[in-house]
Amino acid sequence: MKKIILVPLALFVVLLAFLAVGLRRDPHEIPSPLVNRPAPAFSLHTLQSGQSLFSPEAMRGKVWMLNVWATWCGACQEEHPVLVSFAREGLVPLVGLSYKEVQASDEPAGKPLSPEDKLAMARMRSQAWLRAKGDPYSLVAMDLDGRVGIDYGVYGVPETYVIDKNGVIRYKQIGAVTPALLEQKIRPLIQELNRS
Amino acid sequence: MIVELGHYALILALLVALLQGVLPLAGAATRNWHWQSLARPAAIMQFLLVSLAFAALAYAFQENDFSVRYVADHSNTRLPAMYRFAAVWGGHEGSLLLWLELLAVWTVSVAIFSRQMPLAVVARVISVLGLISTGFLLFVLTTSNPFERLFPVPMEGKDLNPLLQDPGLVIHPPMLYMGYVGFSVAFAFAIAALLAGRLDVAWARWSRPWTLVAWVFLSFGIGLGSWWAYTELGWGGWWFWDPVENASLMPWLVGTALIHSLMVTEKRGSFKAWTVLLAISAFSLSLLGTFLVRSGVLNSVHAFASDPTRGVFILIFLAVVVGSSLTLFAWRAGSVSLGAKMAWVSRESLLLSNSVLLVVATAAVLLGTLYPMVIDALNMGKLSVGPPYFNTVFVPLMVPLLFLMVLGVRARWRESTLQEWLHPLRSIGVAALLSGGLVALYFGWSWGVAGGMALGMWVVLGTLEPALERLRKPGKIPLSFFAMHCAHLGMAVLVIGVTLVKGYEIEKDVRIAAGDTVTLGDYSFELQRVTEVMGPNYVAKRAEVLVKRNGDTIATLYPEKRRYPSTAMPMTEAAIDTNLWRDLYVSLGEPLNNPAQEWSMRFYLKPFLSWIWLGVLMMVLGGLLAVSDKRYRRSVEARLSGVPA
Repeated sequence: MKKIILVPLALFVVLLAFLAVGLRRDPHEIPSPLVNRPAPAFSLHTLQSGQSLFSPEAMRGKVWMLNVWATWCGACQEEHPVLVSFAREGLVPLVGLSYKEVQASDEPAGKPLSPEDKLAMARMRSQAWLRAKGDPYSLVAMDLDGRVGIDYGVYGVPETYVIDKNGVIRYKQIGAVTPALLEQKIRPLIQELNRS
Repeated sequence: MIVELGHYALILALLVALLQGVLPLAGAATRNWHWQSLARPAAIMQFLLVSLAFAALAYAFQENDFSVRYVADHSNTRLPAMYRFAAVWGGHEGSLLLWLELLAVWTVSVAIFSRQMPLAVVARVISVLGLISTGFLLFVLTTSNPFERLFPVPMEGKDLNPLLQDPGLVIHPPMLYMGYVGFSVAFAFAIAALLAGRLDVAWARWSRPWTLVAWVFLSFGIGLGSWWAYTELGWGGWWFWDPVENASLMPWLVGTALIHSLMVTEKRGSFKAWTVLLAISAFSLSLLGTFLVRSGVLNSVHAFASDPTRGVFILIFLAVVVGSSLTLFAWRAGSVSLGAKMAWVSRESLLLSNSVLLVVATAAVLLGTLYPMVIDALNMGKLSVGPPYFNTVFVPLMVPLLFLMVLGVRARWRESTLQEWLHPLRSIGVAALLSGGLVALYFGWSWGVAGGMALGMWVVLGTLEPALERLRKPGKIPLSFFAMHCAHLGMAVLVIGVTLVKGYEIEKDVRIAAGDTVTLGDYSFELQRVTEVMGPNYVAKRAEVLVKRNGDTIATLYPEKRRYPSTAMPMTEAAIDTNLWRDLYVSLGEPLNNPAQEWSMRFYLKPFLSWIWLGVLMMVLGGLLAVSDKRYRRSVEARLSGVPA
């Protein structure tokens, strides 16, 4: 009988230990199955006009970052200054992936845009946006129909990937990159990857 | 200026709370009468100061004072006045201030309605409440100050989350918090009794009405929250097993066990240690709920932006409050007498079984709620626990609970024999099984419906039969008799409602254009048109849906899709036509083309849904009747008429 009354206290101590550990975890952090897998290949038009296509193969041998964004995305606006000041350091190339820039609601009533018109419209809007807010990207690939986004498992915009010299995804951030995240996770990771 | 006054009042309240938490307690330990008698004035002072702070924040909201960060983040000049008041508790800081305000209300009520109790008891109870208040005031002042200023001052506020702009949400948090915080009184009584080493019948009698009132508020608050989710989220669901819903359900389950256990302790002097443990658990679970909501350890629609320092603070607070009270329990409860003997079959034993079942159900819910966090903490991956787990675990526990409920009401105290129930219960059991089977056969066979209906009818018949028998006999019937039967019938009504909704709800998710008709059961829904309407702070697309049954028009429903420009957040406003037998529920989705000719819409036919709310209201009414029972006023009246109680 005497020992039984200690049970609630003991159970509570265990619970407390779990709560204390749980507090340090972020339930919103979703592990990506893509981490430590090769970055899916693609070949897309770039923002910088012309007919040349960009594909991740071109980045072989370099550590680089891929940032998924769009002008219609609110969180991208918050994230943008962080990226601009980070890119200014020139630590790694930052490639943009413009995701579904032209939305169905942008199309005139009942008349879907041709892929060429869509590309032109997306380029115009994105360039104006980057001119106004600063351009952190070494280049931007235009994922107009969002298919590359599907390959990369994009949940929402913005998302950011760190990819190593062998083209393997080493880190994925869902949601905006914050200065704290940049300093605590991304920068140490890049420095480590650059050394190897 | 007024805002600073509020801030200042809160700091003063902290000092008073400290005084209230330490001196009367020390006075009770050292038999210092002067220190003990400080309890009541301190409680009143505390109440005035916290109310002043609360009023100051409410004033800042009414005046649209966007120089206060909290106001700028949760209000807007175009927000209707009612919501501008409710916005006071629309965010983290303000909802904690509401917590404090309600705690002060409870404390001052204890101070006023405790004239018949010995001063030492009152002093200890108010002191414990003062210590809790100290913790929360420290929390608010150090990590979550609602009076923080903002510079430069924005021209316009960010507006209240549109999800919270609903009449249900104006009263849901205060009701729920009244329940949560109310258990602090039961807790304080239990701690006071443990400190004094006097767990007696008087202690149970004093804490019973307080616990009942807290339970009534909590029941009503949970019901309101569920009703809000049903009308506002647009998915037709009324319970999602969301971590925050679970956080309110757990204290409710333990609180239900507590009010029954307190009765046994009062009437028979048994289960003292168990009752104390329940009182500590009910409040601890309320605190845990606060921790889960405020710290962001769990994913939930209710969770506000998380801040690790806040989480750490609540965790430490939780550790101190619960840890010390459980230690006190382990230290003192061993020497408590076991009370009067009871037989294997008696009202006591049945009530004990049910209270154990309720605690097991609570543990199951707690496990499901915390499991994702535990697995993550053990580095075993990320997962989420959904309704299938909760339904699988919770429902089987409710079956014996409902079965025993009827037996418990019939059994006599101390000792009962199986023979004396067998005869009437046999016919009730047969009638319940028959009616359950018939209902399921009539509406479409399913074992779940047959079982749920049989259980519901078992409780209905098993409650009504002895009640009618008692009514036929002469003699005055105490209010508590009606209270119990009303609450138990409410439970049955709830069970029947849930069973029939789950068994026979129909939903259709369609692509629809003006002029199209959708048919659900006997009802046909025709979309007439979709028009644009302007609200005070939103623009809405409003659909007009004509509902017909057998060719006769019975209702016109107007579901809306609102857009709040201040937050760019779309909101679904479902339209519901309710009667006792069914709910017709329509919610408007997104336009499917541009310009919109077709829309996605959801239609639901939910039989007996209103029985869920009816059941909750009956339980609430039962609780209110129980509190109004003359027993609890007797000693007051006795004192007034000069007769010793």
